[in-house]
Amino acid sequence: MSVLRLLGLGWWLQLKMRSRSAFDGALAIVYPLFFATSVFLIYRQSASSTALVAAAVGASVMGVWSAVATTASTSLQNERRQGTLELLVGAPRPFALIVVPITLSMATIGLYSLVATLVWGRLVFGIEVSFVHPLTFALACVVTALGVAVMGFVLAVSAVRYRSAWALGSALELPIWLTCGFLVPLSILPDWVRPVSWLVPVTWGVSAIKAAALGGQPWPGIAMCLGVAAGYALLGTLLARRMVDSARTHATLALT
Amino acid sequence: MEVENIQRRYRARTGIRRRAAREVEAVRGLSFEVERGELFGLLGPNGAGKTTTIKMLITLLLPSGGSARVLGHDVVREAREVRRHVGYVFGGDRGLYERLSGLDNLRYFAELYAVPAREQRQRIGELVELVGLQGRERERVEGYSRGMRQRLHIARGLLHRPEVLFLDEPSIGIDPVGARELRTTVARLVELGTTVLLTTHYMFEADELCDRIAVIAAGEIVAQGTPQELKRGVVEGRVVEVEVFGDAQSVLDDVRALAGVTSVSVEERGQAQLVVVRSDAGAEVTSSVLAALAGQRLGRVATREPTLEDAYVELVNRP
Ligand SMILES: Nc1ncnc2c1ncn2[C@@H]1O[C@H](COP(=O)(O)OP(=O)(O)OP(=O)(O)O)[C@@H](O)[C@H]1O
Ligand SMILES: [Mg+2]
Repeated sequence: MSVLRLLGLGWWLQLKMRSRSAFDGALAIVYPLFFATSVFLIYRQSASSTALVAAAVGASVMGVWSAVATTASTSLQNERRQGTLELLVGAPRPFALIVVPITLSMATIGLYSLVATLVWGRLVFGIEVSFVHPLTFALACVVTALGVAVMGFVLAVSAVRYRSAWALGSALELPIWLTCGFLVPLSILPDWVRPVSWLVPVTWGVSAIKAAALGGQPWPGIAMCLGVAAGYALLGTLLARRMVDSARTHATLALT
Repeated sequence: MEVENIQRRYRARTGIRRRAAREVEAVRGLSFEVERGELFGLLGPNGAGKTTTIKMLITLLLPSGGSARVLGHDVVREAREVRRHVGYVFGGDRGLYERLSGLDNLRYFAELYAVPAREQRQRIGELVELVGLQGRERERVEGYSRGMRQRLHIARGLLHRPEVLFLDEPSIGIDPVGARELRTTVARLVELGTTVLLTTHYMFEADELCDRIAVIAAGEIVAQGTPQELKRGVVEGRVVEVEVFGDAQSVLDDVRALAGVTSVSVEERGQAQLVVVRSDAGAEVTSSVLAALAGQRLGRVATREPTLEDAYVELVNRP
């Protein structure tokens, strides 16, 4: 109960902070629409309506991932600059429970971009996503956002110890686009990439979303996305402990 | 709180290409004990290692040697227990969420410090009042003045009613009335049984508040005792102050060389310079000091009892 309160309040206040920066706000609105437009323009030339819908879905999840990837690893660096990182580490609550709401709030902003992309596709390009399972579609989107948040969590905790870890998020942004089947089907990638992509929660999330939109079995994807995300959560928690201890040894919590 | 021979080294980075890692010994084996309910002061010049010591005690830094226990919990092995019971307030305007209101900052930290949900609202209300931010608590912190931020820091540190409170220069930037209120608050917390470890550069603050003081310089304790003991132990005689108009520096060495004089320092006082001469017990140095300063234009001459500041200056200037 008190854990839920901590997560909930942390998420809400983080969301409040993030939505208060006019610049970030504008970026969060405009950036994903640029992706979406490029993707729609490319796919409009050739494809069937299913491929276009798949592209719309893929582009929208790309927005979620990009929103988290680029900010997750810089978020703790910002806390460090503000001098709040020490307070987070020095608090009696487990550090992992303090960081998770930070990336959850980013993924929430990402969900906005998902909706915006779909609306944009519909209004400007006339792509009708007629959901086969609307409720399952919504659930799959939320689960995917959760998966992205947990990936962001792992990225974020690395920054506790390594001040340059912020680069990691940007470095991973594009490879994840490619290998998780956002735009190109996994089947056309080299064979060795596929097992790698199975280890990433969003791969499963995207496949579940596509299944819910186009017809198919969304539930295995949803379950796998949650399962792999749980693995990441565990990994992140263990990593958080190591990183904090290492930061206490190397005095990198504060730069004062 | 027991601190035994605690040490901390830092690797100071200089240069980019030649990553010459120079080891800095910030704290070189401090030992002291603080009783429950005691107010213990840690004084020392900039870079003496006060903040480093505090950060080790509140588990933000691991010691490179030695050990420390807070409320019987080891700061390395039982960090979680220590964190539950200690509060930490540092000086300066960082460490707050600028884009949130003061109230939201306190809500967030109340949750982080595991203040029970039922008590949060009331506790936050009390503290906002205590630090005098009522009426402004719903504004964003980015619009707060420096002293308001410091007040918010203090409220934050007290949220979970810590049994041990670490105050690292808590009165920086606070106006005189607010600083006096802060001293009253701290004194009341101590009366109620809170143990406090305070660092400050304001000697009167330390003198008024502290039960015992340790003076540290370059990472080592140079003296420890009650403020009275420090004053008496270090500066036994009286202190002579002479206002000099003109260049006092040139004759300082002459004054230092006088028999009975233990230390001499100079403070700027507008157009004049105040030469402060501390002497051994029983030594009557006023006349010889005046003789040594004979060539100068002199103003007011006074003798007084030594203050904690005199003792401090003496201690940290000792070779
Ligand atoms: N993260 C760090 N990396 C390298 N050196 C550090 C670090 N933090 C502190 N130091 C060094 O350790 C020494 C002690 O610093 P500390 O902050 O403990 O001093 P202080 O007594 O609190 O001083 P002040 O009165 O200025 O606050 C200084 O020489 C400082 O440069
Ligand atoms: Mg300090």
